[in-house]
Amino acid sequence: MDKKELAVAALRNGTVIDHIPSAVLFKAVKILGIESIETSVTIGNNLDSGKLGTKGIIKVADVFFPEATLNRIALIAPTAVVNIIRDYEVVEKFPVILPDTIVDIVTCGNPKCITNNEPMPSRFEVINRDDVTIRCHYCGRVVKSTDAVV
Amino acid sequence: MNQNSLVSISDIGRDEILRLLEMARRFEENPNRDTLAGKVVATLFFEPSTRTRLSFETAVNRLGGRVIGFSDAGTTSSSKGETLKDTIKMVSNYADLIIMRHYLEGAARYASEVTETPVINAGDGANQHPSQTMLDLYSIYKTQGTLENLTITMVGDLKYGRTVHSLLMAMRYFNPTFRFVACDELAMPREYMDFCDKNGIRYSVHRDFSPEVINTSDIIYMTRVQRERFTDIMEYERVKDLYSLNNAMLADSRDNLRILHPLPRVNEIAQDVDDNPKAYYFEQARNGLYARQALICRALGIEA
Repeated sequence: MDKKELAVAALRNGTVIDHIPSAVLFKAVKILGIESIETSVTIGNNLDSGKLGTKGIIKVADVFFPEATLNRIALIAPTAVVNIIRDYEVVEKFPVILPDTIVDIVTCGNPKCITNNEPMPSRFEVINRDDVTIRCHYCGRVVKSTDAVV
Repeated sequence: MNQNSLVSISDIGRDEILRLLEMARRFEENPNRDTLAGKVVATLFFEPSTRTRLSFETAVNRLGGRVIGFSDAGTTSSSKGETLKDTIKMVSNYADLIIMRHYLEGAARYASEVTETPVINAGDGANQHPSQTMLDLYSIYKTQGTLENLTITMVGDLKYGRTVHSLLMAMRYFNPTFRFVACDELAMPREYMDFCDKNGIRYSVHRDFSPEVINTSDIIYMTRVQRERFTDIMEYERVKDLYSLNNAMLADSRDNLRILHPLPRVNEIAQDVDDNPKAYYFEQARNGLYARQALICRALGIEA
């Protein structure tokens, strides 16, 4: 067993989310609600990546997230790839897909927006998929995903 | 959510706009009816706006409906910390229609999502004010006989002026040509020029309010340049008079030209313009009554 394998334990059953940009790994953890999961969770960050330079990875044993939940991280981690593991084998592998609407993830940057003044979820619509620009469904404020407060 | 709610002018399309203008025209012919007999309309003004509130309440009263509501949130339970949602839910038990103005942006959209009672947005912060846009459209339609193929010059504060933004978006169905006349600090935001590009709308950008611009316009839409919009007060002093209109400037303008202004006006239109038949801003305000009567009937699903 070489050192690379030792760094991240193999998973018998569960979900591996790979190729998360290092800078947003912990945001992704938060968005996916990993903190409240009771099965074993392995989180790695600043791992070598050919594509990204460094990357983060999340391994969650015995949990299979709904696709809509996984897609919630697409806004901040569009490069993320999901691996579904069953009996040590990758049985399914797919990229996260940015949904048309992003609910309860981004905080609107407009202090006068109703979402910052009422107990209610925020809601953004994707208006440009190329540079990932989103617009607040309520106040209309436009923001690039890279500048969005998550 | 009620499908008849009107939060933004973008909620309605070309045919609906034309249908509402036709309805407004009929209300102008006969504004006093009993179309709303037995209906209760709530006007919830979380932020005071006497002009808009009186216009809406007059519209309801002239159609025989009754009005409940408040003109200042200070007297309501929202000052005790009640959420907007709870206030809307409570009022929905009493009224057939909610007309609301709020200082927070997106408040009307949210309100429309938490109730089955139709909601008309009477202004949400710097965001949307669709009844103003309807009365602007009606004023243009009435004075020009059409909305098609007009040259519309927008002057003054094009950066923060929500009325010009909404008008621009609503005019997209009617093949307009726009002129944007403003100083750099108050120029039309990039996103609205992108909107024009995307919708094939012709426009040009001008720093000078020149005779060439004035004399080729069908509509000049003036807006107030406010001191508090400027980060550099010297810049304000330098530009404040560059975007004001006086009667002499209209000498060679088109016969069909009309001057619009959402009011209140300060010094961007000189008093000597008021007597020029091309000055239309006071009639424009009156048109608000008919435009709002049409919007109220639409929201209640009443064909009038």
